[in-house]
Amino acid sequence: MSYRRQSVWIAAFAVLVAFAVPWPLWGVDRVVAGLPVWIWWHVGWLGACTLVFSRFVRSGAWERGMGLDAATGDTTAADAAAERGDRR
Amino acid sequence: MTVSGGLGIVVGYLVVALGIGLVAYRLTESTAEDYYLANRSIGTVVLLFTTFATLLSAFTFFGGPNLAYAAGPEWLIVMGTLDGVLFAVLWYVIGYKQWLIGSRNGYVTLGEMLGDRFGSPGLRALVAGVSLLWLFPYVMLQQMGAGEALVGLTGGAVPYWGGAALITVFMIGYVVLAGMRGVAWTDTLQGVFMLSLVWIAAAWVVSAIGGVGAATGSMLAARPEFGSFGGGLYTPGFIISTAITIAFGVTMFPQINQRFFVAKSGAVLKRSFTLWPVLVLLLFLPAFMLGAWAAGMPVEVPEGANVLSVVLNEYTPVWFAALVIAGAMAAMMSSSDSMLLSGSSYFTRDLYRPFVNPDASARREAWLARAGVVVFASLAFVASLFRPGTLIEVGDTAFSGFALLSLPVVCALYWDRTTRDGMAVGIAVPQAAYLLVVLSSVLPLVPPLPRTVAGGWDIALGLMLLSAGLTVGVSLLTAPTADGDASRFAVAGD
Repeated sequence: MSYRRQSVWIAAFAVLVAFAVPWPLWGVDRVVAGLPVWIWWHVGWLGACTLVFSRFVRSGAWERGMGLDAATGDTTAADAAAERGDRR
Repeated sequence: MTVSGGLGIVVGYLVVALGIGLVAYRLTESTAEDYYLANRSIGTVVLLFTTFATLLSAFTFFGGPNLAYAAGPEWLIVMGTLDGVLFAVLWYVIGYKQWLIGSRNGYVTLGEMLGDRFGSPGLRALVAGVSLLWLFPYVMLQQMGAGEALVGLTGGAVPYWGGAALITVFMIGYVVLAGMRGVAWTDTLQGVFMLSLVWIAAAWVVSAIGGVGAATGSMLAARPEFGSFGGGLYTPGFIISTAITIAFGVTMFPQINQRFFVAKSGAVLKRSFTLWPVLVLLLFLPAFMLGAWAAGMPVEVPEGANVLSVVLNEYTPVWFAALVIAGAMAAMMSSSDSMLLSGSSYFTRDLYRPFVNPDASARREAWLARAGVVVFASLAFVASLFRPGTLIEVGDTAFSGFALLSLPVVCALYWDRTTRDGMAVGIAVPQAAYLLVVLSSVLPLVPPLPRTVAGGWDIALGLMLLSAGLTVGVSLLTAPTADGDASRFAVAGD
């Protein structure tokens, strides 16, 4: 994977991890729809993580990140590599 | 229904769960050896839920609500971040890489993988030994959790030691009767069942106290500080260091790390990775909010009791409260089983076979593994009677111990220049330092050393950095040994 594309994903993951904690709402005590608003931030954020993760997986970056061929966009390359291994 | 009725449900449920495990074992009829290799064919739902089921330990299920009750609902943020997001990323960075390497070379344990890469049985033994060391407090934690849960459920009629002894007996029973098999599909079944029960419990309790808004309202009336994010226990230092040490620690847990080797295909790992954050949230949200809301409920939580069982007792019929506690204990038992199973495979494959008896028969090995589990679980039971800390404290100690393994492993996985000596020093020195810190707090040998510094920063986080620094530094200063072979960790090409 090109260094640029790889670093975009690394940055995206770093942001996902860093802001799963609602830092901008530090000390905020507003209640929205029955729960503190920062809990809603977290709930929404984890939902967003699943969306970004699925995009990461489908884009082929999953294989490219490990230096594997992801031309098919599936794990066939990785699975084939696994098949070649000497399974004991 | 009386207290004894509730206790009857718990014991009955555990017996049924044990029976199901036994039947499942007879049906699958595979040897201990097959367990690992055959399960390289494990599918998405099963992988997702067996990994999930290992979360259903006393740490999550009893420790989490207790902490939310005492210190506020921020625990949801800490656990959601570390488990739902950071662990998922590590699932890819460490787990997928290990799967690629493991399926090429047929590894079954972490120690085996590293020992082979660096041509060093000593390193293999070091990794196995360190893993078994920190598994001990985690098994102990399950016993503490069970003890506290039954105190809460029966209002103290069953003493703490009784609950701890009960789960120990069942843990050992599982091992002896079901032949040490944590059968993946019973884990799956229990995971799904518990997830449903937690939501039913939350809905039941919340509707009894007038809805989510009312529950939060009375929580804030009793503990106004619970509404604002941060404060009290939850300093930035605590949040960051807890999240990092636990997430990295989880990846090195024997029963989790071994799951990295067992997926049928990369596609299985991918799908599990994608669904992980949402699945985790589905468990944490109701469980931890129930704990936090309990702060505003007119309930009395006795010293050393579990808040979840007290709340369920108050707002749901005894049979339902007993069912939830029974389900939780059964899930704990099942995950303890896979913990002990993985631990025993570390013991037999990485310590006993290479160093004591390379020609041991499979039968002897299986016998030895069972005996080892009985001794291990019994010692953990004895230690659990001393209650050296809260559930979260004991769990955090275990996670931190494992976390100190993780950065040297990442180094080995991604940096060809890593040497055997770099690994040995990078693992041994921080482990020794952390062990000293932990022992100083439970044994009166030396004055207690601080566990956290400067407002909640965990000392283990600093030791993690030290482990990375030592691994890299010593690797640069030493030459790769002749027996080491970096190409063992290559994932592309032939």
